Amino acid sequence: MRDFPLFPDQASTFATQVDQLYFFLVALSLIFAGVLPFVILYLIVRYHRSQKVDRSNPVNSNLKLELTWTIIPLILVMLVFFWGAFLYVQIRTPPMRTLDVYVIGKQWMWHVQHPNGKRENNELHVPIGQPVKLIMTSQDVIHSFYIPAFRVKQDVLPGRYTVMWFQATKPGEYHLFCAEYCGTEHSLMIGRVVALPLADYERWLATPGPVILPDGSIDTGRPTVVASPGDPMAAAGAQLFTNLGCAGCHAMAGGGVGPSLKGLYGATEKLNDGSTVTADENYLRESILNPNAKIVAGYAPVMPSYQGQISEDQLNQLIAYIKSLADTGN
Amino acid sequence: MATLSLPQSSYIRDNSRTFTEWLKSWLLTVDHKRIAILYLLSINFFFLLGGLAATLVRVELITPQGDLMSSDVYNRAFTLHGVIMVFFFLIPSIPAVLGNFLVPLMIGARDLAFPRLNLLSWYLYMIGGLFALIAAVFGGVDTGWTFYTPFSSTYSNSNVVMTITGAFIMGFSSILTGLNFIVTIHKMRAPGLTWFRLPLFIWANYATSIIQILATPVLGIALLLVVVERLWGVGIYDPALGGDPLLFQHLFWFYSHPAVYIMILPAMGVISELISTFSRKRIFGYEFIAFSSIAIAILGFLVWGHHMFVSSQSVYAGLIFSFITMLVAIPSAIKVFNWTATLYKGSISYRTPMLYALGFIGLFVIGGLTGIFLGVTAVDLHVTDTYFVVAHFHYVMVGGTIMAYLGGIHFWWPKMTGRMYNETWGSIAALIIFVGFNMTFFPQFILGYLGMPRRYHVYPPEFQVLHVMSTAGASILAIGFIVPLIYLGISLRKGRIAGDNPWGATGLEWKTSSPPPTYNFDKTPIVTEEAYAYPPEAAERDAASWRPGSPL
Repeated sequence: MRDFPLFPDQASTFATQVDQLYFFLVALSLIFAGVLPFVILYLIVRYHRSQKVDRSNPVNSNLKLELTWTIIPLILVMLVFFWGAFLYVQIRTPPMRTLDVYVIGKQWMWHVQHPNGKRENNELHVPIGQPVKLIMTSQDVIHSFYIPAFRVKQDVLPGRYTVMWFQATKPGEYHLFCAEYCGTEHSLMIGRVVALPLADYERWLATPGPVILPDGSIDTGRPTVVASPGDPMAAAGAQLFTNLGCAGCHAMAGGGVGPSLKGLYGATEKLNDGSTVTADENYLRESILNPNAKIVAGYAPVMPSYQGQISEDQLNQLIAYIKSLADTGN
Repeated sequence: MATLSLPQSSYIRDNSRTFTEWLKSWLLTVDHKRIAILYLLSINFFFLLGGLAATLVRVELITPQGDLMSSDVYNRAFTLHGVIMVFFFLIPSIPAVLGNFLVPLMIGARDLAFPRLNLLSWYLYMIGGLFALIAAVFGGVDTGWTFYTPFSSTYSNSNVVMTITGAFIMGFSSILTGLNFIVTIHKMRAPGLTWFRLPLFIWANYATSIIQILATPVLGIALLLVVVERLWGVGIYDPALGGDPLLFQHLFWFYSHPAVYIMILPAMGVISELISTFSRKRIFGYEFIAFSSIAIAILGFLVWGHHMFVSSQSVYAGLIFSFITMLVAIPSAIKVFNWTATLYKGSISYRTPMLYALGFIGLFVIGGLTGIFLGVTAVDLHVTDTYFVVAHFHYVMVGGTIMAYLGGIHFWWPKMTGRMYNETWGSIAALIIFVGFNMTFFPQFILGYLGMPRRYHVYPPEFQVLHVMSTAGASILAIGFIVPLIYLGISLRKGRIAGDNPWGATGLEWKTSSPPPTYNFDKTPIVTEEAYAYPPEAAERDAASWRPGSPL
């Protein structure tokens, strides 16, 4: 059946859950779409004008009947709504400890960078049995990261991060599609997701390979991939942090012109207008590109914007570095 | 009952002596019936054009490789299909053709409230269409009919501005038609025609008009802003310019979801008329059907976010939109159950319009139920932007709107032209369309759940079998759309004279001659009874008069 499948692979923890709800919906539909046509068929045959049957006392309205076919469907749709809602919240809420992988979409390819610096294009290697979080952004138009076998999909937008998580359950190779129309070669913006047992994944991560940058060029100079748990994405971010002069104001010990970034990621920040904000990836991104949008209480709006000065790729590295300073980092 | 010749004077006949005079009498007419005919011709022209684009798409998809056309041509083909079918066929179809013809007739009025505005609507429609056609001829547009930003506003190298201008102008046609209907229905009902004596077709068009007036301006604004960003680089949608790409989706779907109800509500109105007539019975649950139209119109404004569950809209917004979407299922279900109940103890005949009505119910039930799949957030994450969505909205739009449009055309054809068409061919065409439609779109549900994304020109080979099935069905469907053109065309010359009321239907439009005179009614009718006022024994009498050889 490999060449003519009728049902997709189930390769993530969500797949079976989504499919259960799907089958319930199919069953519910069959009650209506399977029975109603036969009722109609029966009525149009029995009451066809050529049939001599009792047609006396036709009824034109019946409140009890109307209420019945209002309330029963209402109960049923509420049932599927709540079922779907609980599952939806779960699918959209990543757990605390995840393996973070950074994805950049662009016309017409996917670029992926793993925490240890390993990069790949149009492929995504993930370990099974581990929650994986994709932190995604686009360099141009809207794309959508879609892995049918995992039953997950998330639009990838320019100018912000969107987040998607899953836990693969079955080793194998699966389709990766761009699901949001993005121009000429939209249908070629595809690739494969390779789910591997954890040990194989770690071996793959440590395999030195060519470093493919988001623009497709191959960087042979830098040995970015290292086997040690040195976290080169964060290391690259730390290097940038120094080179861009961030450290001049954001003194990690505190007391600088800007707030210390130690323990920032995931914390709740108090702003000078009295509101609070959770320091997630999007907050960090905004604070680098548009620093005056949200000012931490007690600080002055003096930071210059880095909009246009750093690439999406470098931004990811900076954020990976700031996240590595968090109290409960992974 | 049937007269032997067409009436001496009717809205079709005139005393123009030269061709120019005749052309003027049509192109400058303010008669709602003539304008309806103008719409009928132009809308069907656009339908064939949209169908042609669909043919290109379906033929390309027979093989997994992109062998017939390049990806740019394919992208232009499906965009042309979508833009033409949505803006220039589905949205105006039933209101502009059947509504224009029937609203004044059904309420016993001389014309619409603003006849000149009505003509202006048609010209706006044609000018909008002209822009869309020019855009297509000079290179086409490749954004999809949804014009998502920032692709449309910054990145696409195609005729976006020209196409958007077309849709923008056409929007005014839609607004003005809605306005005209609302004023007409409020102010020009015949004496005695109270709100609850109105035919359900009028209720449905009233609900539709409300949506047209309130939602279309938002689309106009959204599209205008795309043009502003594209031409002058003002940052509205593109984050590189300081804009927000999601803003466009919110504005766009605020119109385009209610637009789906602009398409389906008048269709439901048609079905109510057909079911009642061909059951020889008052419609079951009149008030429930009438108010369910209004409920759908109102709820339709509150569900646009269900197009954006994966767009990065917040989880809580998603939940609220999902919840309200579930509620839309209820008035839709109420209608289907009431139509079914109308059949009970009726005297049912299988005339061509009735076949379309029954087909409508079957397809609408599938379209509606799969709408629940898509409204349930967790399932939507998987199937949105796949062929599952494509199949779902074709079931609602084609299976719903087009079935009702064709059913309505076949029902009121004798009123519009004064002649009957060949009913055998009518039934055959209805059957071909029903079968062809299901063959085309049912496999797409399976494709969608397998994960086949929409708008793909090249696809993985394991999806080919289902795509070939779908294309085969589309060929049958195409035949089904061509057959009516032939026998309806023939009927114009050779059709049997229909007489005033060939179906034995109630309703004011059947009380005047066929085709009606320019003034619609010799005397303003006075209404003393409810809509569908079939006497309690009507069904019994109809069945008793049936003899072998009578129409089925």
